[in-house]
Amino acid sequence: MSGDAETTNGTVVTGETAGTGAGNSTVDNEGGAGLPRRTAWQRLVGASTFWIGLVLVALYAVFSALSPNSFPTLYNFQTLLIEAAVLLVLSVGMTFVIITSGIDLSVGSVLVFAGVAGAMTMEAVSPGGDATQAGVGTIALGLLLSLVSGAAWGLLNGLLIARFKIPPLIVTLGSFGAALGAAQLLTGGVDVRTVPAALRDSLGFGQTFQVPHMVLVAAVVTLFGAWLLHTTTFGRYTFAIGSNEEAARRVGISVTRHLVFVYTFVGLLAGLAGFMSLAYFGTTTIAGHSTDNLNAIAATVLGGTSLFGGVGSVLGTVIGVFIPAVLQKGFVIVGVQPFWQPIAVSVVLVAAVWFDQKRRRARDSGR
Amino acid sequence: MSALLEARNLVKRYGSVEALRGASFEVRAGEVVALIGDNGAGKSTLVKCLSGAERPDSGEILLEGRPVVLDSPTTARQLGIETVYQDLAVAPELDPAANLYLGRELRRGGLLGRLGMLDKAEMRRRAAEHFRTLGVQVQSLDVPIGALSGGQRQGVAVARAVVWANKVVFMDEPTAALGVVQRERVLDVIRRVRDTGVAVVLISHNMPEVQAVADRVEVLRLGRRVARFTAADVSLEQLVGAMTGALSQEDAA
Repeated sequence: MSGDAETTNGTVVTGETAGTGAGNSTVDNEGGAGLPRRTAWQRLVGASTFWIGLVLVALYAVFSALSPNSFPTLYNFQTLLIEAAVLLVLSVGMTFVIITSGIDLSVGSVLVFAGVAGAMTMEAVSPGGDATQAGVGTIALGLLLSLVSGAAWGLLNGLLIARFKIPPLIVTLGSFGAALGAAQLLTGGVDVRTVPAALRDSLGFGQTFQVPHMVLVAAVVTLFGAWLLHTTTFGRYTFAIGSNEEAARRVGISVTRHLVFVYTFVGLLAGLAGFMSLAYFGTTTIAGHSTDNLNAIAATVLGGTSLFGGVGSVLGTVIGVFIPAVLQKGFVIVGVQPFWQPIAVSVVLVAAVWFDQKRRRARDSGR
Repeated sequence: MSALLEARNLVKRYGSVEALRGASFEVRAGEVVALIGDNGAGKSTLVKCLSGAERPDSGEILLEGRPVVLDSPTTARQLGIETVYQDLAVAPELDPAANLYLGRELRRGGLLGRLGMLDKAEMRRRAAEHFRTLGVQVQSLDVPIGALSGGQRQGVAVARAVVWANKVVFMDEPTAALGVVQRERVLDVIRRVRDTGVAVVLISHNMPEVQAVADRVEVLRLGRRVARFTAADVSLEQLVGAMTGALSQEDAA
């Protein structure tokens, strides 16, 4: 990004070298429309999303070439998407938080808690405590409980961070432990295993025109997130707070309220992810989400969202979710030990952050 | 012509320190008043009181002759009083139009607007128009303003205040970090704003700059107004004398 301010125009004189004085100070940018508008191509190559997107496409192409019969298949593509769906929902929320220059370590535990809350509710209203045969009403109640309990954890995080000014790292480290502990207290540490078959068949394994319903839900969440972040005042304030919180406050943006909303939104999405996970796995998988937070953060940062705040995109996050997923699948299929996957992801991640840092330094010291 | 914004006998204490000891101040529509004084004279505190960032312990603030209570910067802004802060207070990752409209975003019409959707094209168009009429140089409207030069960034910060101010703009050392050419541009913007009938209060340590752009000068010393001058008639010696206490006009306070 650092270099894209320059050569877009041959005619417009830069502010510093133009003449001075009252008489000629307007000649440089004649007319409102006289300012150079970057072409679509310049915008494209200027965006870090473009380059990280190329990496994803290249990875997909390489694995397809190495294993043309088993990698680029519809089935493989579907599984890839389904397995990434839950993480994608978490990462969309994480994108908002990181853009405010915050962090949320609690998403995996909140997911577990919300799954437990939903599953236990569905069991509680079913005869004999077995929810396997439960109907639509019970499922809807379970979904509601998952969403509400997820949002409640998010609200708690947001209030502690924004109102009580406790650093997000500490607050969400706390709720990371507390939400998981609470889930284990509720269940006695034993996974809830009776999940309505109707839920598993519809959301967990269902498809419409070859599109798995898990993927459909994740896609809707992603599109909504992209819309909210990039076209609304809510998104604009999210960027502004991450870019300069004090400036946002001075222009009258209610920073406290906005941060509470952002963390509640993430909690809500973690609740939804918990319910999706329940539908897919058919159990609460209490012990299975201890690194979800780090995966979501890695995906978000990989996608070009800056840990320093103020910069990021939902599209980037989508790409950031799929790079590790493609590596994982690809390594398995071409017969590389899958233990290489975390190593490869880490290398790409550190490189991505290094580029981000370099870009910022170039900009800040630049002019 | 009567005062547009007037402070009478403001007192502000921070613990045992008296930052303002009965300070008075006034600015009329369509003039540039330079507020000068040595470090610790109370300039910043006075501006904070008049822009809603602080509340004075006693004294009166009048806007167009009516007493007002400025309990927050938001209240002050709603009354048409804007401030350009020394530390800029822009969002470096946002583009110039987004910064100009920060907190006052234009929304689309109809349902989409009620859902919170921004009208980015219109904001961009109007921002370009504002920058043009103010003579603010912006190299590109598509880059984050952190990528612009210090002068251009300052131009955006100044523009943001003056576009919305319909009564008074406070500028705290707006040219402190700028080079000669950039400084001249900002002074130029100040003159243009004054010509639209808005009152400009300029806090500055730079005496040649004060003499170049101000219509009047008010001097603070030890939390009080000690002198008032018409800029055209005043010499550098008189300004320095008033700031240091060597010269005082008894009637000014």
